[in-house]
Amino acid sequence: MSLVNFTAREITCKIVYYGPGRSGKTTNLHYVYERVPETRRGRMVSLATQTDRTLFFDFLPIDLGQISGFSTRFQLYTVPGQVYYNATRRLVLQGADGVVFVGDSQARQLDENIESLQNLQGNLLEHGVDVRAMPLVMQYNKQDLPPELILTPPELDDALNFRSVPSFPADALHGKGVFETLKAISELVLKKLAAGSPTV
Amino acid sequence: MTSTLNPRFTFDTLVVGAANRLAVTAGRTVAENPGSAYNPLFIYSGSGLGKTHVLMAIGHASKAIATQLNIEYLTLDEYVEAFHAAIAAGQGDAFRRRFQNVDVLLVDDVQFLTNRKEMQAELLRLTEALQQAGHQIVLACDRPPAEIPDLDERLISRFSGGLVVDMGIPDYETRVAILRRKAEERSQNFQPGVLETVAKVEYPNVRELMGALNRLIAFQAVNDTPLNEDAVRKVLGIPTRAGAASPGAAAPAAASPAAPAPDEFSQFLTDVSVTVGKAVEAWRARVTEAVMRWDGEGYRTGRLEKLLAQETPASVDEAIASYVQDVERLKALEVEVGMLDPQAAGDKVFRDPDRVAAAEAVAAKVREGAAPPPAPSAVFTLDSYFAGPSNEMALNGARDVIGKPGKKYNPLVIVGRSGLGKTHLLNAIGLELAKKKNAIVACLSTQQFVDELIAAIDGNRIDWWRARYRRATAFLLDDIQLLAGKERTQEELFNLFNQFLDADRQLVFTAPAHPNTLEGLEERIVSRLEGGLVVEIQGPDKELKRTALERQLKSQRVPTEAALVDYLVDRPVESVRNLGALVQRVVEAAAAQDGPVTAGLAREVLEGAPAPRRPTGARTSGIVVSSAGGVRSREKMVWDWPAAADRVIEDLR
Repeated sequence: MSLVNFTAREITCKIVYYGPGRSGKTTNLHYVYERVPETRRGRMVSLATQTDRTLFFDFLPIDLGQISGFSTRFQLYTVPGQVYYNATRRLVLQGADGVVFVGDSQARQLDENIESLQNLQGNLLEHGVDVRAMPLVMQYNKQDLPPELILTPPELDDALNFRSVPSFPADALHGKGVFETLKAISELVLKKLAAGSPTV
Repeated sequence: MTSTLNPRFTFDTLVVGAANRLAVTAGRTVAENPGSAYNPLFIYSGSGLGKTHVLMAIGHASKAIATQLNIEYLTLDEYVEAFHAAIAAGQGDAFRRRFQNVDVLLVDDVQFLTNRKEMQAELLRLTEALQQAGHQIVLACDRPPAEIPDLDERLISRFSGGLVVDMGIPDYETRVAILRRKAEERSQNFQPGVLETVAKVEYPNVRELMGALNRLIAFQAVNDTPLNEDAVRKVLGIPTRAGAASPGAAAPAAASPAAPAPDEFSQFLTDVSVTVGKAVEAWRARVTEAVMRWDGEGYRTGRLEKLLAQETPASVDEAIASYVQDVERLKALEVEVGMLDPQAAGDKVFRDPDRVAAAEAVAAKVREGAAPPPAPSAVFTLDSYFAGPSNEMALNGARDVIGKPGKKYNPLVIVGRSGLGKTHLLNAIGLELAKKKNAIVACLSTQQFVDELIAAIDGNRIDWWRARYRRATAFLLDDIQLLAGKERTQEELFNLFNQFLDADRQLVFTAPAHPNTLEGLEERIVSRLEGGLVVEIQGPDKELKRTALERQLKSQRVPTEAALVDYLVDRPVESVRNLGALVQRVVEAAAAQDGPVTAGLAREVLEGAPAPRRPTGARTSGIVVSSAGGVRSREKMVWDWPAAADRVIEDLR
């Protein structure tokens, strides 16, 4: 997927929110959706099961308008976190310019986080992408839960963030850390564009 | 490289206030009188206060006043990178020359000289050279020269020797003016009081002030309703109390999760705008970097420079990659050709990435050995060859060879003493043979043949060298006696000989004597030489001498007086060459006397009568001949001294 089209003067970034089930990926998108003026956002497509779990994926297109003469669009996607939807995850991941890994800060979810991270790496590899070459940020969600239930950001960094990518504590439900995360991944993606290396 | 100057950064677009008035005035003065007003001009200020703007404005203004000026703007980092690239490419001197020819050099971000000893030395050298040549240098930095850590004292004094000016934070009025101008540039209308409210915030630099304006523009665009003063305070996080607010106050309001600021998306938009802007413009830096690098290595960069002229060209990286690919191909071709034929490698086609196809063609030609073998000299034509009974047989042989090359006499061997015209006849045959269709005539001296073979062995391109001669339709070699003792050359010649004989291609040789009397030549060569026709040129006969004389006198514009010609024809000479020397002496003597060339004068000159003293009589041997006759013999006197430049003077050791 081409990130910058100089001929059509368009920049299109595809950002995928990845992570274990129920870690808050869709919540992130909902928060962003609510903050984007109506004229700027497309319809948020959400395919969920009866129990409100993401069945296929969420899709939120945002139009940032003309920036430096380029019509700039962000496309935010989430993947279904549940283990058995791996084919869908792989599909959504295709052509991604950047990935936000939304981790669940609850201590008992640590294994799921690790498993999902490994799954991300595997799926990227199947697309022929080295995870080290992919712009990636970590978000440690649910930091608003009681301290005895969760791990602190440094502990989560130790357990998950061995590549030392930017990481953000978050409370997606109330919006804390949501835009910080989005901003960080956008900058990484756009910097990569500046470096001139093509994405997937 | 004026193309890197941002066209928006001119003096016209710069808002001048008390804080930057001095710097702008100095900049304008420098632009109007580069090299003479303040040299160097050193501008310093905190980040985002317009140093780069002033620097580029000086470049634009100088260019507008004198279009022929060579102006370079670059950051210190770019300078360092270009320097390193040039050094890596072995083009250090070219790099220095290039910058020494710049009329106005604008260097940004000089603070990065810290801990770069070698660049400090380089910049010192450059500054000195530019100052001496009366060229202008303008530097921008975030601090005064003396505060740049680890900076060479000599550079500090150099920098401080011109004019050092600083630029401060703009005052309120200037901030309002800046905001108004920027809003106007972007066709944005704000309600009265809005921009003034923003200007009240003491932002530490203009860049942040622009950030605030961006946020307002984004907010206004999103909400489709004009902002009023209160909304501005809210958006920028300015406390309602009017007065000097700090921009830091904006942060907590935006970050609070409990009451998220309404402009969370606007802020995101502003941040992304800045990043996108940087990313989109980054291509320009990449192209410039590539231009500097390849220009430094001596390649033509027109193709890349054309990219810079465009607004936002499509696929910049592909263009650079394809350029680099072409350069790499040229390099490979140049190396390959250089091994085969060093002279062909100097072709400038190998430095022009737009002509790779032409370079490939040149290389293919060289690879096939198509670089033509040495051709006969155009001077020695058959028409200018003097014929007479003494060389009649040789000339007839030559005519037969020209008429039926390779068929009648192969090889033809012309023998005779030195100066009888063997080389002339050889080249004349070559020229005539070369007139035939598709003819490739190799005509060279044996010495050159030997030297080429040695170079080919040395360069490991013997096959190519052989191919070059095997393609020839005729092979003419002068002075084959020089083959004596050169076994390898004789072997190569033997093989070539056989190939030419088999293919009925003409071979012609010259030698001072009959081949079988030459020493050091292998038997197999001698027998092959004897197998053709060996013709001898005798010493010049009278008829030949007469023809030669008449032509020589004519070329000297001397009237061919019959008595003179008769006298000269009767002089005993060994060769036509010597005859020429006689004529020359007589003509010079006549010129010295300022008289006509006559038989009498010729006799006087050639038969020992004292030559007339040159009019420049002051030059003598320095020996004083006493009247008593200390030195009587004329032979022991040097009457004519050579000109001063021709004298060999030996120092006493």
